[in-house]
Amino acid sequence: MPGLLILVPAATILVAQTSPTLTVAPVPTVKVRKGSVAAVTLRAVLPPGFHANSNKPSDEYLIPLTLKWTGGPLTVESVEYPKGSLEKYPFSPKPLSVVTGEFSISTKFKVPANAPNGAAAQNGTLRYQACNDHMCFAPKSVPISVTLEIE
Amino acid sequence: MTSPRSYLRLAGIAAVAVILGVIAYLPRKTDHSSLKDESKRQVAPDFALKDAHGNVVHLADYRGKVVLLDFWATWCGPCGEEIPWLTDFQRKYKDRGFEVLGISMDDDGWKEINPFVALKKINYRIVLGDDKTGDLYGGIEALPTTFVIDRNGRVASHFVGLAARKDFQNAIETLLETRAGPADLSARSDYSRRAD
Repeated sequence: MPGLLILVPAATILVAQTSPTLTVAPVPTVKVRKGSVAAVTLRAVLPPGFHANSNKPSDEYLIPLTLKWTGGPLTVESVEYPKGSLEKYPFSPKPLSVVTGEFSISTKFKVPANAPNGAAAQNGTLRYQACNDHMCFAPKSVPISVTLEIE
Repeated sequence: MTSPRSYLRLAGIAAVAVILGVIAYLPRKTDHSSLKDESKRQVAPDFALKDAHGNVVHLADYRGKVVLLDFWATWCGPCGEEIPWLTDFQRKYKDRGFEVLGISMDDDGWKEINPFVALKKINYRIVLGDDKTGDLYGGIEALPTTFVIDRNGRVASHFVGLAARKDFQNAIETLLETRAGPADLSARSDYSRRAD
């Protein structure tokens, strides 16, 4: 049992130095009507202790949170990102605009009037770059796929 | 049968372990290594990487000097915090046989790096690295990651994350006091598997 005292902190140090994974909850099938505007909301979670730059980072060299829809029958009208919160970190003299914990990104799509009926997939990529208080991790991309039911 | 006292004891140990684990997990944690004993140092893996002018830079070219090898990127805030220190060290210790060598891990290459170097007035050499370079050094997952290499080309100290300026400075000054010894190629083991 005393070994646990050593193993737990050792393991968590390794975790703290390991790139965090942003998790995106699966989106239930979205029913859309031809010719209408449909909204899709992604819910994402970053592990505690980590942050990612918001879509409007405080510095031009920081990599923004970006959702790109790359394929599917719908046309993107707008993407609404979470408003970044200004947080102060030991490595930055000024607060940074970041997202932490759980956040949502909403997309409004136009459903073309000539879209084919039935099931379809709308695919995209969510790109983020995460850090903690003392280190940063390479940018990562999460593939996104939303199942649509066009009627 | 386990007594209530044993349960209490187990619960206490588990609670302490969890608390220690949480403390360790706090992202303030940075791996601050002090100088390794000379006998335990491993040869820093050589590489051939290009600088902004297309010149190929080998780490082996720096043998005989103390080198601060800094894995960094323009998008890395903590790396930016260290850059003024590294620039100072380059200025202050260059004449004593010291060099900073920055390995940028920027995917977009020189179009991102060059303006940043100008903006930050970086006075040391930058080369462009990639995951293969990182793998040579045990896999670089977090930035900044910094290796302080002695005059014999061996890793004397290793920092993951934002370090303290004085830790770098102490390591550099101590190593600058030491003369290069005869090359010991037996120490050329696979650092990538044994980096700590």
